Amino acid sequence: MSALTEAQIDVSTPRRRTRSITLRIGAVLVGIIVILAIVSLFWVPFDPADTSGGRLEGPGSEHWLGTDKLGRDLATQIMIGARIALTVGLGAVAISAVLGIAIGLVAAFAVSWVDDTISAGLDILIAFPTLLLAMLIVAAQGASLGSAILSIGIAMSAIVARLTRVVAKRVLAQQYITAARTSGTSWWGIVWRHVLPNIWPTVSVSLALHFGLAVLAESSLSYLGLGAPPPNASWGRLLQEAQGTVLTAPVGALAPGIALVMLVLGVNFIADGLRDIADPTRRRSR
Amino acid sequence: MSTPILDIEALTVTADDGRRLLDRITLAVGPGERVGMIGESGSGKSMTALAVMGLLPPGMTATGSILLGGTQVVAAAERDLVSLRGRVASVVFQEPLTALDPLMRLGHQLAIPLRRHQNLRGSALTEAVLRGLREVQISDPDRIARAYPHEVSGGQRQRVAIAMALACAPELLIADEPTTALDVTVQSEVLALLDTLVSDRGMALLFISHDLAVVSAVTERVLVLRSGVVVEAAPLTDILRTPDDPYTAELVASARALDAVLDSVARPTAPGQPAQTTPEEDSP
Repeated sequence: MSALTEAQIDVSTPRRRTRSITLRIGAVLVGIIVILAIVSLFWVPFDPADTSGGRLEGPGSEHWLGTDKLGRDLATQIMIGARIALTVGLGAVAISAVLGIAIGLVAAFAVSWVDDTISAGLDILIAFPTLLLAMLIVAAQGASLGSAILSIGIAMSAIVARLTRVVAKRVLAQQYITAARTSGTSWWGIVWRHVLPNIWPTVSVSLALHFGLAVLAESSLSYLGLGAPPPNASWGRLLQEAQGTVLTAPVGALAPGIALVMLVLGVNFIADGLRDIADPTRRRSR
Repeated sequence: MSTPILDIEALTVTADDGRRLLDRITLAVGPGERVGMIGESGSGKSMTALAVMGLLPPGMTATGSILLGGTQVVAAAERDLVSLRGRVASVVFQEPLTALDPLMRLGHQLAIPLRRHQNLRGSALTEAVLRGLREVQISDPDRIARAYPHEVSGGQRQRVAIAMALACAPELLIADEPTTALDVTVQSEVLALLDTLVSDRGMALLFISHDLAVVSAVTERVLVLRSGVVVEAAPLTDILRTPDDPYTAELVASARALDAVLDSVARPTAPGQPAQTTPEEDSP
């Protein structure tokens, strides 16, 4: 047994180093976006509604990233877009985490017919394309940032719930759960002390990945005109507005595109690193 | 004998598909008594332990009667069972690596039952954790308390598991193959430790094993289980001298044969050490 453990440690040491590099890159990428978003709360280069600039200007000293077809400053809109992207990501992930983990745990603990019913419901929700579901909810609620967050969060919670259910079932089958029960731990204690910490490494990675997906989903909704309405400068709407002029003023599409990639990629890198932090068996032994 | 702590009467456990995993098991363990349960893999030993704790896997149904500390376990409500578990009886499992939560420091795991049953908080709780670890002869309790299960040796893990089982001061300790997953040298240490702890606390012991030598080292009375049926139940000396059932005779003979070989080969080095008779393949 100890030989096996040592072998695992030997393997994990070089892997951990590469992982911590991805974690660092991820932190830098996301950090840039977060700083842009925070700065935008206090200061932006121009008023977002200021159309005094020339139309479709290229990058320059006055307008760093140029202007859009109405003469608005692009850098300003990217910064405000960062704020919207982060709000959507955090909000949707929070909703899907609370809903998804709760539903998944109920399914994992429930008697089989309840579990089957919940699972079938989740399968139907998942089979429904996320974006289509989000469009339905937005259509019913009216396009706003809040309804975009809510609809994306609800759509994603089905996937989180299914993952939670599977992982929690696997944890519940472990002997340490039986051992905890033989010592008189109640079901609530089992969930709180053993199941949640043990599903967290897997679920948290999934949640981090869903952060990226939520940002993309909001951009898609905005691109379709169903996201945050103007003057909210969502990256998806910037992309959509720049679509017609992508050959004459490529920065208008490139800038929000790159920002989007930076955030989603950065979050995915962090997700990878998170798993190692949440799971002490993957950490280097002291 | 006063009222038994554990009184099993015609316990039958049936699976979904109608197979009988245990067939009319009858067994009583009195206060301070030590009973061994021996049988090969799949004979229903671990199932008995789980049935006693009211922890049968889903799809298994128990009939008959299990009185644990005077409370009926068969068909009891989960709420009533929770108060029995740990306080009246607790279990030490075969493989401590899987019986301990991999993501929780050992000290924290031990603290959970201590806090619940003895209502300790803060520094008194920390003290109790360290005391519990010292009691199972862990020499550096501070380090072990901070370690995760994968960071300590198998023997130390099993000691922690024993400390957890003892944390609620149960009247009955069920040891389900507690030494099978350990090295032979560690095995004898853990056996000796269990032996001491059980006598010091006056606990009753139900010791489950496939290994006659190990069972004979710690118990007075033995049940032989085969395919869910008790084929023989008698004091240890009777079983060793005059086994009634052919299966028991076979067990005794093979244990003796191995003993003889060991004695002839290695008499000077390790006399009287519990011999390992079968490969470690028993599943929980």
